[in-house]
Amino acid sequence: MNWEAFGLTVRLAAIVSTLLIAIGIPIAYWLTYSRWRWKFLVEAAVALPIVLPPTVLGFYVLVALGSRSPLGRWWESVTGHTLAFTFEGLVIGSLLYSLPFAVQPFATSFGAVDPSLLRASASLGHSPLQTFRRIVLPLSKAGLVTGFALSFAHTLGEFGVVLMVGGNIPGVTRTISIDIYDQVQTANYSSANHTALLLLIVSFLLLSIVYGLNRRPWVVGPWR
Amino acid sequence: MTKLPALLLLFAGAFATAQEITVAAAADMSAALPELVAAYTKKTGQRVKLSFGASGNLTNQIQNGAPFDIFFSADEQYPQQLISEGLGLKDTLYRYAIGRLVLWLPNDSPLDLSKLGIQALLDPSVKKISIANPATAPYGRAAEATLRHFGIYNQVSSRLVVGENISQAAQFVESGNAQAGLIALSHALAPAMKDKGRYWTVPLDAYPTLNQAAVMLSKSKEQDAARKFLEFLRSPDAASLLTSYGFSLPAEKH
Repeated sequence: MNWEAFGLTVRLAAIVSTLLIAIGIPIAYWLTYSRWRWKFLVEAAVALPIVLPPTVLGFYVLVALGSRSPLGRWWESVTGHTLAFTFEGLVIGSLLYSLPFAVQPFATSFGAVDPSLLRASASLGHSPLQTFRRIVLPLSKAGLVTGFALSFAHTLGEFGVVLMVGGNIPGVTRTISIDIYDQVQTANYSSANHTALLLLIVSFLLLSIVYGLNRRPWVVGPWR
Repeated sequence: MTKLPALLLLFAGAFATAQEITVAAAADMSAALPELVAAYTKKTGQRVKLSFGASGNLTNQIQNGAPFDIFFSADEQYPQQLISEGLGLKDTLYRYAIGRLVLWLPNDSPLDLSKLGIQALLDPSVKKISIANPATAPYGRAAEATLRHFGIYNQVSSRLVVGENISQAAQFVESGNAQAGLIALSHALAPAMKDKGRYWTVPLDAYPTLNQAAVMLSKSKEQDAARKFLEFLRSPDAASLLTSYGFSLPAEKH
């Protein structure tokens, strides 16, 4: 059992899902309330990481972060090191990789708030931002927790992007999925099994929270 | 239902090519082996499918039943292990070349490799050094042994980045994400990298010899075709192609 890799992965997932709350809420707000006719293009772009193979994302992240890209050079001049093969690089890759898992539940729950409440709030003199903060956000609590938990779980299980931009450095970029991969490739099946089992249990618990939060209090079957 | 005959034809087509053989090969052969196969297919019509990876990963796949006919390893231990487990045929084991490790720098590096040699790694401009994973790749173990041989392992260990196999280690430094790499000479000489950097050949006494060995797998269903391909490996044509990729040929054949 590699606790260093486990701790590193939990730290990565916590940072990424927290940042995604901050980044995802404005995006989800815009996606919910914007009336721009080309909005669907942005929706498609946000959903891309769900369908793209991690290799595509990993490849572009590696190229974009590398010392031959403007972004990579800028980062290098500011911090003195390249982004690839660093924890920060993994955070950036994971933000992209898990973005839809936060934004989509956020946007769904914002959209599910009864519009008459929004009109009532506006007629009582609240600005759109006040209405969002006092009405929409509190009513979207389940969606926010779902987005947080899903992006957390998705980052925990990230493999392809990390394999391509991580460089497998113990304590820096060797995440738990990479550790499991290494254990399997070197035929340490019992060690791989311990780590895999732990990841399986943690992921199950996280998803149980998500589904538990979103369950209906009662179900009316069609036979009644 | 009109589509059924067409589908059947498709399946028939799939069975007609069932005689092709599948070769699992160490990643250092990723440039040389496709050329070898192209020459072989042109000569004999035999089709060969290739699958590349770290020798340790491929060994693990074979132990778990991967349907390969031949295994090209970057060192001799993995084939020996498969033979001892009854998965490889001892009489087919063939040491076809010796692999060489090089220190590779991209063109934009200011360092003078011919003067510095391995000491180039100690330069502050070298922030990341890519190597292959020592746990699964013989070239990774060779890189570690080299760094220890020159007594600089502790100085550079915090700057090592580990590729999943030697091809990824090469890609890390070729893409400029690492500033130096201990990679295979066969990659440094491959068309994709030849003009993008320069290299210093690590002396042979710095690491255990990378005896590249091929073996036919006992579960192969195309043993005749596989044997013929292994024979081709001993031909002068194959030898000259391997030499052009920087592999030295084994002094003694067995």
